[in-house]
Amino acid sequence: MSAHTLMEITPTTFAPPIADKPAQADSEVHQTLIDIANLDFFYGETKALHDISLKIPEKEVTAFIGPSGCGKSTLLRCLNRMNDLIDIARVDRGTIRIRDIDIYQPDVDVIELRKRVGMVFQKSNPFPKSIYENITYGLRLQGVSAKSRLDEVVERSLRGAALWDEVKDRLHESGLSLSGGQQQRLCIARAIAVEPEIILMDEPCSALDPIATARVEELIHELKSKYTIVIVTHNMQQAARCSDRTAFFYLGRLVEYADTQTIFMKPSDAQTEAYVSGRFG
Amino acid sequence: MKRFFDTELETFRSNLVMMGEIAVRQVRDAMKALIESDLSLADQVAAADDELDQLEIKIDEEAIRYMSLRSPVATELRLVVVGMKASHDLERVGDEATNIVRRVARLSAEPPIKPYVDLPRMATIAIQMLRDAMDCFLQIDAEKALLICQRDKEVDDLNRQLYRELSSYMIERPETTSRALELMFISKSIERIADHATNIAEEMIYLAKGEDVRHTEQTRNPDAG
Repeated sequence: MSAHTLMEITPTTFAPPIADKPAQADSEVHQTLIDIANLDFFYGETKALHDISLKIPEKEVTAFIGPSGCGKSTLLRCLNRMNDLIDIARVDRGTIRIRDIDIYQPDVDVIELRKRVGMVFQKSNPFPKSIYENITYGLRLQGVSAKSRLDEVVERSLRGAALWDEVKDRLHESGLSLSGGQQQRLCIARAIAVEPEIILMDEPCSALDPIATARVEELIHELKSKYTIVIVTHNMQQAARCSDRTAFFYLGRLVEYADTQTIFMKPSDAQTEAYVSGRFG
Repeated sequence: MKRFFDTELETFRSNLVMMGEIAVRQVRDAMKALIESDLSLADQVAAADDELDQLEIKIDEEAIRYMSLRSPVATELRLVVVGMKASHDLERVGDEATNIVRRVARLSAEPPIKPYVDLPRMATIAIQMLRDAMDCFLQIDAEKALLICQRDKEVDDLNRQLYRELSSYMIERPETTSRALELMFISKSIERIADHATNIAEEMIYLAKGEDVRHTEQTRNPDAG
Protein backbone atom coordinates (compact mmCIF):
# COMPACT_ATOMS: atom_id res chain seq x y z
CA MET A 1 0.00 0.00 0.00
CA SER A 2 1.53 3.34 -0.98
CA ALA A 3 1.93 6.21 1.46
CA HIS A 4 -0.50 8.18 -0.64
CA THR A 5 -3.19 5.53 -0.22
CA LEU A 6 -2.56 5.37 3.49
CA MET A 7 -3.15 9.07 3.77
CA GLU A 8 -6.30 8.79 1.77
CA ILE A 9 -7.84 6.17 3.95
CA THR A 10 -6.61 7.18 7.36
CA PRO A 11 -7.93 10.27 9.09
CA THR A 12 -4.84 12.35 9.44
CA THR A 13 -5.66 15.66 10.99
CA PHE A 14 -7.68 17.23 13.69
CA ALA A 15 -11.38 17.68 13.08
CA PRO A 16 -13.53 20.33 14.80
CA PRO A 17 -14.03 19.28 18.41
CA ILE A 18 -17.59 18.11 17.86
CA ALA A 19 -16.76 14.83 19.55
CA ASP A 20 -16.28 16.59 22.87
CA LYS A 21 -19.98 16.99 23.53
CA PRO A 22 -21.12 15.18 26.66
CA ALA A 23 -22.57 11.71 26.27
CA GLN A 24 -26.32 11.63 25.91
CA ALA A 25 -28.64 9.37 27.80
CA ASP A 26 -29.97 6.37 25.90
CA SER A 27 -33.52 7.57 26.29
CA GLU A 28 -32.82 10.78 24.40
CA VAL A 29 -33.74 10.89 20.78
CA HIS A 30 -30.52 11.50 18.92
CA GLN A 31 -30.45 13.90 16.03
CA THR A 32 -29.78 12.77 12.51
CA LEU A 33 -26.11 13.15 11.70
CA ILE A 34 -25.91 11.36 8.36
CA ASP A 35 -28.82 11.78 5.99
CA ILE A 36 -28.74 9.56 2.92
CA ALA A 37 -31.47 10.37 0.40
CA ASN A 38 -32.44 8.47 -2.76
CA LEU A 39 -28.91 7.29 -3.40
CA ASP A 40 -28.12 5.35 -6.58
CA PHE A 41 -24.60 4.04 -6.96
CA PHE A 42 -22.86 2.34 -9.89
CA TYR A 43 -19.73 0.32 -10.47
CA GLY A 44 -19.36 0.92 -14.21
CA GLU A 45 -22.65 -0.22 -15.70
CA THR A 46 -23.67 -2.22 -12.65
CA LYS A 47 -26.07 -0.56 -10.28
CA ALA A 48 -24.89 -1.51 -6.81
CA LEU A 49 -27.23 0.63 -4.71
CA HIS A 50 -30.85 1.39 -5.56
CA ASP A 51 -32.60 4.44 -4.17
CA ILE A 52 -31.22 4.20 -0.63
CA SER A 53 -32.72 6.58 1.92
CA LEU A 54 -31.56 6.31 5.50
CA LYS A 55 -31.06 8.69 8.42
CA ILE A 56 -28.29 7.76 10.85
CA PRO A 57 -28.55 9.37 14.29
CA GLU A 58 -25.50 10.77 16.04
CA LYS A 59 -23.82 8.99 18.94
CA GLU A 60 -25.48 5.72 18.24
CA VAL A 61 -24.22 2.51 16.68
CA THR A 62 -25.88 1.69 13.38
CA ALA A 63 -25.28 -1.77 11.91
CA PHE A 64 -25.50 -2.59 8.21
CA ILE A 65 -26.32 -6.25 7.65
CA GLY A 66 -27.09 -8.39 4.63
CA PRO A 67 -25.67 -11.21 2.54
CA SER A 68 -22.42 -10.73 0.60
CA GLY A 69 -22.84 -8.42 -2.36
CA CYS A 70 -25.91 -6.67 -0.94
CA GLY A 71 -24.24 -3.27 -1.03
CA LYS A 72 -23.66 -2.68 2.67
CA SER A 73 -19.90 -2.13 2.38
CA THR A 74 -20.40 -0.02 -0.73
CA LEU A 75 -22.77 2.24 1.18
CA LEU A 76 -20.37 2.41 4.14
CA ARG A 77 -17.60 3.50 1.77
CA CYS A 78 -19.83 6.16 0.29
CA LEU A 79 -19.96 7.83 3.69
CA ASN A 80 -16.36 9.05 3.51
CA ARG A 81 -16.07 8.91 -0.28
CA MET A 82 -13.71 5.96 -0.13
CA ASN A 83 -15.32 4.82 -3.36
CA ASP A 84 -13.73 7.83 -5.08
CA LEU A 85 -10.57 5.72 -5.10
CA ILE A 86 -12.23 3.29 -7.53
CA ASP A 87 -12.24 4.74 -11.06
CA ILE A 88 -15.48 3.16 -12.24
CA ALA A 89 -17.43 3.91 -9.08
CA ARG A 90 -19.92 6.78 -9.08
CA VAL A 91 -22.87 8.17 -7.21
CA ASP A 92 -25.46 8.61 -9.94
CA ARG A 93 -28.31 10.18 -8.05
CA GLY A 94 -29.23 11.20 -4.54
CA THR A 95 -27.36 12.88 -1.72
CA ILE A 96 -25.46 12.10 1.45
CA ARG A 97 -25.49 14.92 3.96
CA ILE A 98 -23.41 14.98 7.09
CA ARG A 99 -24.59 17.78 9.34
CA ASP A 100 -26.43 19.27 6.39
CA ILE A 101 -23.34 19.37 4.18
CA ASP A 102 -23.73 17.43 0.95
CA ILE A 103 -20.45 15.51 0.92
CA TYR A 104 -20.57 14.87 -2.83
CA GLN A 105 -20.54 18.57 -3.73
CA PRO A 106 -17.41 19.46 -5.77
CA ASP A 107 -16.23 22.01 -3.23
CA VAL A 108 -16.02 19.45 -0.41
CA ASP A 109 -12.43 18.75 0.63
CA VAL A 110 -12.27 14.97 0.63
CA ILE A 111 -9.22 14.86 2.89
CA GLU A 112 -11.07 16.99 5.45
CA LEU A 113 -14.09 14.74 5.10
CA ARG A 114 -12.03 11.65 5.88
CA LYS A 115 -10.62 13.37 8.96
CA ARG A 116 -14.15 13.71 10.23
CA VAL A 117 -15.17 10.25 9.10
CA GLY A 118 -12.56 7.71 10.20
CA MET A 119 -12.49 4.11 9.16
CA VAL A 120 -11.48 0.77 10.64
CA PHE A 121 -11.09 -2.21 8.34
CA GLN A 122 -11.71 -5.92 8.46
CA LYS A 123 -8.03 -6.73 8.50
CA SER A 124 -6.09 -4.67 11.00
CA ASN A 125 -3.58 -2.56 9.12
CA PRO A 126 -1.17 -0.91 11.54
CA PHE A 127 1.68 0.95 9.85
CA PRO A 128 4.99 -0.90 10.07
CA LYS A 129 6.06 1.54 12.74
CA SER A 130 6.02 1.71 16.50
CA ILE A 131 2.78 1.79 18.46
CA TYR A 132 3.54 5.41 19.37
CA GLU A 133 4.17 6.42 15.77
CA ASN A 134 1.02 4.68 14.59
CA ILE A 135 -1.05 6.91 16.85
CA THR A 136 0.86 10.13 16.18
CA TYR A 137 1.18 9.68 12.42
CA GLY A 138 -1.79 11.86 11.57
CA LEU A 139 -0.92 14.58 14.05
CA ARG A 140 2.68 14.74 12.82
CA LEU A 141 1.45 15.16 9.26
CA GLN A 142 -0.57 18.06 10.56
CA GLY A 143 2.63 19.57 11.92
CA VAL A 144 2.08 18.82 15.58
CA SER A 145 5.51 18.07 17.04
CA ALA A 146 5.36 19.03 20.72
CA LYS A 147 6.19 15.85 22.58
CA SER A 148 3.91 16.64 25.50
CA ARG A 149 0.96 17.06 23.12
CA LEU A 150 1.79 13.85 21.25
CA ASP A 151 2.24 11.92 24.50
CA GLU A 152 -1.12 13.14 25.68
CA VAL A 153 -2.88 12.08 22.47
CA VAL A 154 -1.19 8.66 22.52
CA GLU A 155 -2.34 7.97 26.05
CA ARG A 156 -5.84 9.33 25.49
CA SER A 157 -6.31 7.38 22.25
CA LEU A 158 -4.94 4.12 23.63
CA ARG A 159 -7.09 4.46 26.72
CA GLY A 160 -10.05 5.24 24.47
CA ALA A 161 -9.35 2.05 22.55
CA ALA A 162 -8.95 0.06 25.79
CA LEU A 163 -5.36 -0.79 24.87
CA TRP A 164 -3.31 1.48 27.15
CA ASP A 165 -2.78 -0.93 30.02
CA GLU A 166 -1.58 -3.64 27.67
CA VAL A 167 0.94 -1.53 25.74
CA LYS A 168 1.97 1.39 27.96
CA ASP A 169 5.37 -0.18 28.66
CA ARG A 170 6.12 -1.01 25.04
CA LEU A 171 5.01 2.05 23.12
CA HIS A 172 8.14 2.02 20.99
CA GLU A 173 7.79 -1.57 19.85
CA SER A 174 6.39 -2.24 16.41
CA GLY A 175 2.63 -2.15 16.03
CA LEU A 176 2.98 -5.40 14.13
CA SER A 177 4.29 -7.13 17.28
CA LEU A 178 0.81 -6.96 18.81
CA SER A 179 -1.78 -9.75 18.65
CA GLY A 180 -4.56 -9.53 16.05
CA GLY A 181 -7.06 -8.17 18.54
CA GLN A 182 -4.56 -5.63 19.88
CA GLN A 183 -3.70 -4.55 16.33
CA GLN A 184 -7.37 -3.94 15.62
CA ARG A 185 -7.69 -1.85 18.77
CA LEU A 186 -4.50 0.00 17.74
CA CYS A 187 -6.23 0.87 14.46
CA ILE A 188 -9.22 2.11 16.41
CA ALA A 189 -6.86 4.17 18.62
CA ARG A 190 -5.25 5.58 15.48
CA ALA A 191 -8.66 6.48 14.10
CA ILE A 192 -9.75 8.31 17.25
CA ALA A 193 -6.40 10.10 17.69
CA VAL A 194 -7.51 12.69 15.16
CA GLU A 195 -10.87 13.19 16.88
CA PRO A 196 -13.22 12.19 14.08
CA GLU A 197 -16.93 12.63 14.45
CA ILE A 198 -17.90 9.36 12.79
CA ILE A 199 -16.14 6.00 12.80
CA LEU A 200 -16.95 3.53 10.03
CA MET A 201 -16.14 -0.08 10.79
CA ASP A 202 -16.10 -2.67 8.04
CA GLU A 203 -16.26 -6.13 9.62
CA PRO A 204 -13.91 -5.06 12.41
CA CYS A 205 -14.03 -8.39 14.27
CA SER A 206 -14.18 -10.94 11.49
CA ALA A 207 -10.51 -11.84 11.86
CA LEU A 208 -10.54 -11.86 15.66
CA ASP A 209 -11.00 -14.62 18.22
CA PRO A 210 -14.03 -14.49 20.55
CA ILE A 211 -12.18 -12.77 23.41
CA ALA A 212 -10.69 -10.10 21.16
CA THR A 213 -14.12 -9.72 19.55
CA ALA A 214 -15.73 -9.19 22.96
CA ARG A 215 -13.13 -6.49 23.76
CA VAL A 216 -13.78 -4.66 20.51
CA GLU A 217 -17.55 -4.92 21.05
CA GLU A 218 -17.13 -3.53 24.55
CA LEU A 219 -15.08 -0.73 23.04
CA ILE A 220 -17.73 0.03 20.43
CA HIS A 221 -20.23 0.37 23.24
CA GLU A 222 -17.96 2.82 25.09
CA LEU A 223 -17.04 4.81 22.00
CA LYS A 224 -20.61 5.66 21.13
CA SER A 225 -20.78 8.18 23.95
CA LYS A 226 -18.38 10.33 21.90
CA TYR A 227 -18.66 9.12 18.33
CA THR A 228 -21.24 8.05 15.81
CA ILE A 229 -20.43 4.52 14.69
CA VAL A 230 -21.54 2.71 11.56
CA ILE A 231 -20.57 -0.94 11.46
CA VAL A 232 -20.85 -3.51 8.70
CA THR A 233 -21.05 -7.02 10.07
CA HIS A 234 -21.87 -10.53 8.94
CA ASN A 235 -22.28 -11.61 12.52
CA MET A 236 -25.95 -11.34 13.42
CA GLN A 237 -25.32 -11.67 17.12
CA GLN A 238 -22.75 -8.90 16.94
CA ALA A 239 -25.28 -6.59 15.31
CA ALA A 240 -27.80 -7.60 17.98
CA ARG A 241 -25.36 -7.01 20.82
CA CYS A 242 -23.64 -3.83 19.67
CA SER A 243 -25.97 -1.73 17.63
CA ASP A 244 -28.85 0.58 18.42
CA ARG A 245 -30.23 0.55 14.92
CA THR A 246 -29.94 -2.02 12.16
CA ALA A 247 -30.36 -1.68 8.41
CA PHE A 248 -30.87 -4.83 6.34
CA PHE A 249 -29.79 -4.71 2.71
CA TYR A 250 -30.50 -7.19 -0.04
CA LEU A 251 -29.48 -6.98 -3.70
CA GLY A 252 -28.49 -3.34 -3.37
CA ARG A 253 -31.74 -2.28 -1.74
CA LEU A 254 -32.52 -1.23 1.80
CA VAL A 255 -35.14 -3.76 2.85
CA GLU A 256 -35.73 -2.71 6.43
CA TYR A 257 -34.27 -0.16 8.84
CA ALA A 258 -35.39 0.01 12.44
CA ASP A 259 -34.13 -0.10 15.98
CA THR A 260 -32.12 -3.27 16.50
CA GLN A 261 -34.61 -4.76 18.92
CA THR A 262 -37.36 -4.57 16.31
CA ILE A 263 -35.18 -6.12 13.61
CA PHE A 264 -34.34 -9.09 15.81
CA MET A 265 -37.62 -9.46 17.70
CA LYS A 266 -40.30 -8.62 15.19
CA PRO A 267 -39.01 -7.55 11.81
CA SER A 268 -41.80 -6.40 9.53
CA ASP A 269 -40.30 -7.81 6.34
CA ALA A 270 -40.23 -11.55 5.64
CA GLN A 271 -36.80 -11.27 3.96
CA THR A 272 -35.35 -9.59 7.03
CA GLU A 273 -36.78 -12.31 9.23
CA ALA A 274 -35.36 -15.05 6.99
CA TYR A 275 -31.94 -13.41 7.00
CA VAL A 276 -31.65 -12.74 10.74
CA SER A 277 -32.85 -16.29 11.48
CA GLY A 278 -30.13 -17.68 9.20
CA ARG A 279 -32.61 -19.01 6.65
CA PHE A 280 -30.97 -17.34 3.70
CA GLY A 281 -27.92 -15.33 2.83
CA MET B 1 -33.75 -22.45 3.08
CA LYS B 2 -33.95 -25.55 5.28
CA ARG B 3 -31.53 -25.77 8.17
CA PHE B 4 -30.24 -29.01 9.63
CA PHE B 5 -31.81 -28.24 13.03
CA ASP B 6 -35.29 -27.33 11.77
CA THR B 7 -36.53 -30.75 12.88
CA GLU B 8 -35.79 -29.75 16.49
CA LEU B 9 -38.38 -26.99 16.23
CA GLU B 10 -40.85 -29.41 14.65
CA THR B 11 -40.43 -31.77 17.61
CA PHE B 12 -40.85 -28.84 19.99
CA ARG B 13 -44.03 -27.80 18.21
CA SER B 14 -45.52 -31.30 18.17
CA ASN B 15 -44.79 -31.80 21.87
CA LEU B 16 -46.78 -28.67 22.64
CA VAL B 17 -49.63 -29.80 20.39
CA MET B 18 -49.59 -33.16 22.17
CA MET B 19 -49.78 -31.39 25.55
CA GLY B 20 -52.79 -29.46 24.29
CA GLU B 21 -54.55 -32.64 23.23
CA ILE B 22 -53.85 -34.37 26.53
CA ALA B 23 -55.00 -31.33 28.53
CA VAL B 24 -58.30 -31.15 26.62
CA ARG B 25 -58.82 -34.89 27.11
CA GLN B 26 -58.09 -34.58 30.85
CA VAL B 27 -60.67 -31.82 31.36
CA ARG B 28 -63.28 -33.62 29.24
CA ASP B 29 -62.73 -36.91 31.12
CA ALA B 30 -62.75 -35.16 34.50
CA MET B 31 -66.15 -33.66 33.73
CA LYS B 32 -67.44 -36.99 32.44
CA ALA B 33 -66.22 -38.73 35.62
CA LEU B 34 -67.98 -36.08 37.71
CA ILE B 35 -71.31 -36.18 35.89
CA GLU B 36 -71.43 -39.96 35.57
CA SER B 37 -69.88 -40.55 39.02
CA ASP B 38 -67.34 -42.74 37.22
CA LEU B 39 -64.64 -43.40 39.84
CA SER B 40 -62.47 -45.51 37.59
CA LEU B 41 -62.34 -42.74 34.96
CA ALA B 42 -61.54 -40.31 37.78
CA ASP B 43 -58.57 -42.50 38.75
CA GLN B 44 -57.40 -42.61 35.13
CA VAL B 45 -57.47 -38.81 34.92
CA ALA B 46 -55.44 -38.48 38.12
CA ALA B 47 -52.91 -41.04 36.89
CA ALA B 48 -52.50 -39.39 33.48
CA ASP B 49 -51.48 -36.06 34.98
CA ASP B 50 -47.89 -37.27 34.99
CA GLU B 51 -47.86 -37.25 31.16
CA LEU B 52 -48.39 -33.50 31.16
CA ASP B 53 -45.80 -32.95 33.89
CA GLN B 54 -43.18 -34.88 31.92
CA LEU B 55 -43.99 -33.09 28.65
CA GLU B 56 -43.68 -29.71 30.36
CA ILE B 57 -40.20 -30.64 31.60
CA LYS B 58 -39.26 -31.91 28.15
CA ILE B 59 -40.43 -28.71 26.45
CA ASP B 60 -38.46 -26.58 28.91
CA GLU B 61 -35.33 -28.64 28.29
CA GLU B 62 -35.73 -28.42 24.53
CA ALA B 63 -36.39 -24.67 24.69
CA ILE B 64 -33.32 -23.94 26.79
CA ARG B 65 -31.19 -26.16 24.60
CA TYR B 66 -32.47 -24.49 21.45
CA MET B 67 -31.86 -21.01 22.82
CA SER B 68 -28.35 -21.94 23.94
CA LEU B 69 -27.25 -23.67 20.76
CA ARG B 70 -29.29 -22.16 17.93
CA SER B 71 -29.59 -18.48 18.93
CA PRO B 72 -33.16 -18.06 17.68
CA VAL B 73 -34.46 -14.58 16.83
CA ALA B 74 -37.77 -13.05 15.72
CA THR B 75 -40.64 -15.55 15.21
CA GLU B 76 -38.46 -18.48 16.24
CA LEU B 77 -37.47 -16.84 19.49
CA ARG B 78 -41.10 -16.01 20.18
CA LEU B 79 -42.08 -19.61 19.42
CA VAL B 80 -39.59 -20.98 21.93
CA VAL B 81 -40.53 -18.52 24.68
CA VAL B 82 -44.26 -18.89 24.04
CA GLY B 83 -43.87 -22.68 23.95
CA MET B 84 -42.41 -22.63 27.46
CA LYS B 85 -45.18 -20.42 28.80
CA ALA B 86 -48.01 -22.28 27.07
CA SER B 87 -46.69 -25.63 28.27
CA HIS B 88 -46.76 -24.28 31.82
CA ASP B 89 -50.40 -23.23 31.34
CA LEU B 90 -51.29 -26.66 29.92
CA GLU B 91 -49.62 -28.39 32.83
CA ARG B 92 -51.73 -26.28 35.19
CA VAL B 93 -54.87 -27.22 33.21
CA GLY B 94 -53.95 -30.84 33.96
CA ASP B 95 -53.60 -29.98 37.66
CA GLU B 96 -57.07 -28.42 37.66
CA ALA B 97 -58.52 -31.55 35.99
CA THR B 98 -56.91 -33.58 38.79
CA ASN B 99 -58.41 -31.22 41.38
CA ILE B 100 -61.84 -31.88 39.85
CA VAL B 101 -61.56 -35.68 39.90
CA ARG B 102 -60.31 -35.68 43.50
CA ARG B 103 -63.79 -34.46 44.49
CA VAL B 104 -65.68 -37.05 42.45
CA ALA B 105 -65.51 -39.80 45.11
CA ARG B 106 -66.83 -37.53 47.83
CA LEU B 107 -69.61 -36.12 45.67
CA SER B 108 -70.72 -39.48 44.29
CA ALA B 109 -71.23 -40.86 47.80
CA GLU B 110 -74.36 -38.72 48.16
CA PRO B 111 -77.10 -37.66 45.76
CA PRO B 112 -76.38 -34.39 43.89
CA ILE B 113 -77.82 -31.27 45.52
CA LYS B 114 -78.92 -30.11 42.10
CA PRO B 115 -78.63 -31.43 38.55
CA TYR B 116 -75.34 -30.67 36.82
CA VAL B 117 -76.23 -27.88 34.40
CA ASP B 118 -73.98 -24.90 34.94
CA LEU B 119 -70.74 -26.82 35.51
CA PRO B 120 -70.97 -28.72 32.19
CA ARG B 121 -71.89 -25.47 30.49
CA MET B 122 -68.83 -23.73 31.91
CA ALA B 123 -66.65 -26.72 31.08
CA THR B 124 -67.90 -26.82 27.49
CA ILE B 125 -66.87 -23.20 27.01
CA ALA B 126 -63.52 -23.71 28.74
CA ILE B 127 -62.72 -26.80 26.66
CA GLN B 128 -63.66 -24.97 23.47
CA MET B 129 -61.42 -22.06 24.49
CA LEU B 130 -58.53 -24.48 25.04
CA ARG B 131 -59.11 -26.19 21.71
CA ASP B 132 -59.34 -22.87 19.89
CA ALA B 133 -56.19 -21.60 21.60
CA MET B 134 -54.29 -24.66 20.38
CA ASP B 135 -55.76 -24.17 16.87
CA CYS B 136 -54.42 -20.62 16.95
CA PHE B 137 -51.02 -22.09 17.70
CA LEU B 138 -51.21 -24.34 14.67
CA GLN B 139 -52.62 -21.66 12.41
CA ILE B 140 -50.75 -18.67 13.90
CA ASP B 141 -54.06 -16.83 14.06
CA ALA B 142 -54.00 -13.71 16.25
CA GLU B 143 -57.53 -12.60 15.43
CA LYS B 144 -59.15 -15.82 16.53
CA ALA B 145 -56.96 -15.76 19.64
CA LEU B 146 -58.32 -12.36 20.60
CA LEU B 147 -61.88 -13.72 20.49
CA ILE B 148 -60.86 -16.47 22.94
CA CYS B 149 -59.62 -13.87 25.42
CA GLN B 150 -62.94 -12.08 25.17
CA ARG B 151 -64.87 -15.29 26.00
CA ASP B 152 -63.17 -15.64 29.36
CA LYS B 153 -65.77 -13.33 30.88
CA GLU B 154 -68.58 -15.77 30.09
CA VAL B 155 -66.92 -18.39 32.27
CA ASP B 156 -66.13 -15.84 34.99
CA ASP B 157 -69.78 -14.78 35.05
CA LEU B 158 -71.04 -18.35 35.26
CA ASN B 159 -68.61 -19.03 38.09
CA ARG B 160 -69.88 -16.02 40.03
CA GLN B 161 -73.47 -16.95 39.38
CA LEU B 162 -72.89 -20.50 40.60
CA TYR B 163 -71.08 -19.19 43.66
CA ARG B 164 -74.10 -17.08 44.63
CA GLU B 165 -76.45 -19.96 44.00
CA LEU B 166 -74.41 -22.44 46.04
CA SER B 167 -74.05 -19.89 48.85
CA SER B 168 -77.81 -19.66 49.16
CA TYR B 169 -78.06 -23.48 49.21
CA MET B 170 -75.65 -23.58 52.12
CA ILE B 171 -77.67 -21.00 54.03
CA GLU B 172 -81.03 -22.60 53.33
CA ARG B 173 -79.89 -26.21 53.77
CA PRO B 174 -76.77 -26.36 55.94
CA GLU B 175 -76.52 -30.14 55.42
CA THR B 176 -75.51 -29.45 51.80
CA THR B 177 -72.55 -27.29 52.85
CA SER B 178 -69.76 -29.80 52.24
CA ARG B 179 -71.15 -30.83 48.83
CA ALA B 180 -71.80 -27.19 47.86
CA LEU B 181 -68.21 -26.34 48.78
CA GLU B 182 -66.90 -29.19 46.61
CA LEU B 183 -68.94 -27.83 43.71
CA MET B 184 -67.62 -24.32 44.33
CA PHE B 185 -64.07 -25.64 44.12
CA ILE B 186 -64.89 -27.44 40.88
CA SER B 187 -66.43 -24.30 39.48
CA LYS B 188 -63.29 -22.40 40.45
CA SER B 189 -61.14 -25.06 38.74
CA ILE B 190 -63.09 -24.69 35.50
CA GLU B 191 -62.80 -20.94 35.77
CA ARG B 192 -59.02 -21.35 36.17
CA ILE B 193 -58.90 -23.64 33.11
CA ALA B 194 -60.55 -20.88 31.08
CA ASP B 195 -57.95 -18.45 32.48
CA HIS B 196 -55.15 -20.73 31.30
CA ALA B 197 -56.81 -20.98 27.88
CA THR B 198 -56.90 -17.17 27.84
CA ASN B 199 -53.21 -17.02 28.76
CA ILE B 200 -52.41 -19.40 25.91
CA ALA B 201 -54.49 -17.29 23.52
CA GLU B 202 -52.59 -14.17 24.62
CA GLU B 203 -49.34 -16.04 24.09
CA MET B 204 -50.48 -16.97 20.58
CA ILE B 205 -51.14 -13.30 19.80
CA TYR B 206 -47.59 -12.58 20.93
CA LEU B 207 -46.33 -15.42 18.77
CA ALA B 208 -48.18 -14.16 15.71
CA LYS B 209 -47.64 -10.43 16.05
CA GLY B 210 -44.98 -9.82 18.68
CA GLU B 211 -47.51 -7.77 20.64
CA ASP B 212 -48.10 -8.24 24.32
CA VAL B 213 -51.84 -7.81 24.87
CA ARG B 214 -51.94 -8.95 28.50
CA HIS B 215 -53.86 -6.63 30.80
CA THR B 216 -55.00 -4.41 27.96
CA GLU B 217 -58.44 -3.30 26.86
CA GLN B 218 -58.14 -5.46 23.73
CA THR B 219 -58.58 -8.71 25.59
CA ARG B 220 -61.68 -7.56 27.45
CA ASN B 221 -65.08 -8.66 26.30
CA PRO B 222 -66.55 -5.73 24.32
CA ASP B 223 -69.95 -6.44 25.92
CA ALA B 224 -68.50 -6.17 29.40
CA GLY B 225 -69.75 -3.23 31.42
